[in-house]
Amino acid sequence: MSAIAAAPPQAAAEPRRRRLPARAWIGLAVVGLFVLAALLGPVLMPYDPVATDLPHRLLPPGSRLGDGSVAWLGTDQVGRDMLTTLLAGSRVSLLVGAATVLAGGAVGLVAGLVSGYFGGWADAVLSRVGDVQLAFPSILLAILIAGVLGPSVTNVVITLAVTRWVVFARVVRASALATRDLEFVDSARVLGAGHLRILVRHVLPSCWQPLLVAATVQIGLVMVAEASLSFLGLGIPPDQASWGATVAAGRDYLGSAWWISTMPAIALAAVVTGVGLVGDAFRDLADPRAQL
Amino acid sequence: MTATAHDTAAPAGDAEVVLRAAGLEAGYQRPGRHGFGRRRVPVVAGLDLTVRAGRTVGVVGESGCGKSTLARAIVGLIPAFAGTIEFAGTDLASLPRRRRRRVARDVQMVFQDPYTSLNPRMTVAAVIAEGWRVHPGIVPRDREDAEVARLLDLVGLRPEHAARRLHELSGGQCQRVAIARALALRPRLIVCDEAVSALDMSVRAQILNLLADLQAELGVAYLFISHDLDVVRHIADEVAVMYLGTVVEQGTAEQVFGDPRHPYTRALLSAVPSVRDRPDDAAREIVLEGEVPSPAAPPSGCRFRTRCFMAAERCARDVPELIVREGTAHPVACHFADADTGTDTDAGTASSAR
Amino acid sequence: MTMSAVHPAPTPPGEDAAAELRDVHIGFRSGRHVTPVVRGVTLRLLPGRVLALVGESGSGKSLTSLALIGLLPPGAEITSGSVVLGGDDTAGFTARQWREARGSRVAMVFQDPMAALNPGFAVGRQIAEPFRRRLGASRRDARERAVALMREVGIADAETRYGDHPHEFSGGMRQRAVIAMALALGPSVLLADEPTTALDVTVQAQILRLLARRQQEAGLATLLVSHDLGVVARMAHEVAVMYAGRIVEQGPLDAVYTRPAHPYTLGLLRAMPDGKEEGGRLTPIAGLPPDPRRPPGGCAFHPRCPFATDVCRTEDPPLAGSGGRSVACHHADEVRAAHSGPDSAAHGAPQSGPHSAAHSTEEDR
Repeated sequence: MSAIAAAPPQAAAEPRRRRLPARAWIGLAVVGLFVLAALLGPVLMPYDPVATDLPHRLLPPGSRLGDGSVAWLGTDQVGRDMLTTLLAGSRVSLLVGAATVLAGGAVGLVAGLVSGYFGGWADAVLSRVGDVQLAFPSILLAILIAGVLGPSVTNVVITLAVTRWVVFARVVRASALATRDLEFVDSARVLGAGHLRILVRHVLPSCWQPLLVAATVQIGLVMVAEASLSFLGLGIPPDQASWGATVAAGRDYLGSAWWISTMPAIALAAVVTGVGLVGDAFRDLADPRAQL
Repeated sequence: MTATAHDTAAPAGDAEVVLRAAGLEAGYQRPGRHGFGRRRVPVVAGLDLTVRAGRTVGVVGESGCGKSTLARAIVGLIPAFAGTIEFAGTDLASLPRRRRRRVARDVQMVFQDPYTSLNPRMTVAAVIAEGWRVHPGIVPRDREDAEVARLLDLVGLRPEHAARRLHELSGGQCQRVAIARALALRPRLIVCDEAVSALDMSVRAQILNLLADLQAELGVAYLFISHDLDVVRHIADEVAVMYLGTVVEQGTAEQVFGDPRHPYTRALLSAVPSVRDRPDDAAREIVLEGEVPSPAAPPSGCRFRTRCFMAAERCARDVPELIVREGTAHPVACHFADADTGTDTDAGTASSAR
Repeated sequence: MTMSAVHPAPTPPGEDAAAELRDVHIGFRSGRHVTPVVRGVTLRLLPGRVLALVGESGSGKSLTSLALIGLLPPGAEITSGSVVLGGDDTAGFTARQWREARGSRVAMVFQDPMAALNPGFAVGRQIAEPFRRRLGASRRDARERAVALMREVGIADAETRYGDHPHEFSGGMRQRAVIAMALALGPSVLLADEPTTALDVTVQAQILRLLARRQQEAGLATLLVSHDLGVVARMAHEVAVMYAGRIVEQGPLDAVYTRPAHPYTLGLLRAMPDGKEEGGRLTPIAGLPPDPRRPPGGCAFHPRCPFATDVCRTEDPPLAGSGGRSVACHHADEVRAAHSGPDSAAHGAPQSGPHSAAHSTEEDR
């Protein structure tokens, strides 16, 4: 009986204001805390990688130190305060996440616009390159590139941007492709507008929103990838704190000092989940049909 | 008033020719066999059409007849496969892309749905002024606001509409903006592709009157494409009836609607519901069987023969040319155009009796 | 049962209504606030008769028809009045009762046949489904009945086309399939919401003819919702004109078309281009249809009405009349007088109102 049960024609329903659900607020709070920590933490508690303090090594969370201060999250195997290490690591995570998404997003935006709007051979080439790259496990690719480039923050950003641009390019390409055939683009062509004008004035504006949604989702994934590389010793150099490197350093002490590996892991999980929640909320705001 | 022009039935030939399409072939491209190369599917095949300055040529036909393809080829949205589109002495079809864009300001278009054919992110003023960005020199920058206000007034909107966004306007108001946008380039020809079809009936009449007034005031020519025969009969001086990519009948509005000679025109006219119809007399109309064949594989000979109630053997063999035939006053592409019109329809007789 | 045997040929009026709306109000609820959109509509659908509901977008005509089949969109609800189907008040209907009523008692044909067909299943199977599910017919039996039904609605080669998917059908054929589905269980009430608006003229003529034939053969009580006065003229016996959620004029087709008594009806008829305009100008209705959520006070039509006086601004005229003819206008007599002789459906009447303005400007919302 689908003739009858079919959805009734468009309802004259009032445009309802969409509000952020509670979990999005939780996500926003976590992310806000993280950004704040990354920006302010190292200012308040400067991280010194060589400031070892062997008498106070491997202290559990909450221990009182010799100078009367409290190591809320304990100390590591060379006596550095875990909280300070985490705060320093958060800055690296944020930096790498943001820089990678910016760089990858910019490359993806241009590539996606070109291949979506013009189509033809440019699209064919870019899409096939993307397919090949996506078919290859991105962490393997990252390990390969990072191994060649050597460990440094810049190299991590380059490595991760190279593995991520495809995702942005696909999102932008899809929007550009959909917008290209809309009637108002035809209408601009009838005026005599050139490709550049149509791209910038008519196609680009409709690509921002999906790009932004993709970026929020990717930031979390990039932070995990950075931690993985650092865990493997291919990411952030040892003189800088990184959550991934700290987890790796704590591996040998899992039995005696669980907090060294656990604290950064919890921090990473919390932030990535928070970013994910925010990303989901963004996506739902952008496209209410995707909520299911 | 130019709007009354079709009453005078002036001999075509006094006004200057703005647009002349000859042997026009246009359509879409498909990937060829085995995915190699491209195969052209002409939706418009061998079409001739002339539009004169300050006059309105109506094009009627059903979906798939190629009327929208014709519109898109004339404004340059799709390339012509063959034939010429002569505009003010230059053949647009053979112009390189860049030069073609410059000619664009003389040939503008109003689309069916203003909500999709105008960028919803722009203000009314930006929509109207966009053409001046593309073709600098039409209006000096410091005069733009005044010119936007003048255009808004011309199409029956108020200056304060300039700052609005399109979603704040009604469909009819948006279509007025679309008309102002087209007029901003001071074109000589405006292609109206189903320009009033999406509007509510009470608003439709307002826009039709506006188009007539603008023509009287500015002398702009219209190529008015519509599936709505009543609207075309009202606004057009000359009418071309299209079927499956070709013009099957052409003449003044009076000739085509008052004395239709092609069987398709006659069927079309009788199929249009009129307020004078009544449930019991529906049987008098000519109902065409079947539906329009695919333009990719048109029938041999006369393209209409597969649905024609007059088709004979000859129709499968010979392609009927669009010429003035014995017993007709206007060009008809039918071997039997002079045949007895005794089976004439309610709609046909009703309008010829006026 | 086969549907052709439900009723004999057209039934004279005066019989019991197959479906009825009694002073129905429909509103959109947001929180505690209800915005009325349909404001007091009374309609009677009689077996074998076609009633047309005419109006522009936002007039509430589609909501009115959806109320008859229990398919109001989310947020919309009947705030007062009753919907009666074959003598049963549907106010107490459960979701299950509505499901059972749909198809077997009341069926609907929508504007867009593609939206009414499931693109993933063969058309024939979709037509056969109600026989299987609702009547418990065997697979073979259902298929046979579906094929017969497809033939009846004019789908050529029904046997071979049974397995085709919707995208393999043309627009006209799809609408035929949708009509077949609607008629499958032999309903007594058919709702047709702009059934031919998406179709070409010659195909529209075919579909209208099919609908009229099926309607007569099965003695269906039909509600035709349309904005097209020509389509209505071809099919309907009776017309109700809706404006801003109310019926402003109702009566036999011929009477309403040739002797309109409401200025809106008169305006619609005059605004139709038909090649006989004097001086090449149409006489549009000034202004815009009102926002259905905020209709003007008094008579909703007064801001656009050339006949409007002070009373129209303050008092909403009731729908009143006699002999099957009713109108909601304070100045109905003047409107009738303004419209001359019988057969001049839309023209020749003296122009009253602001029609002569060079560009009749639309009002702001």
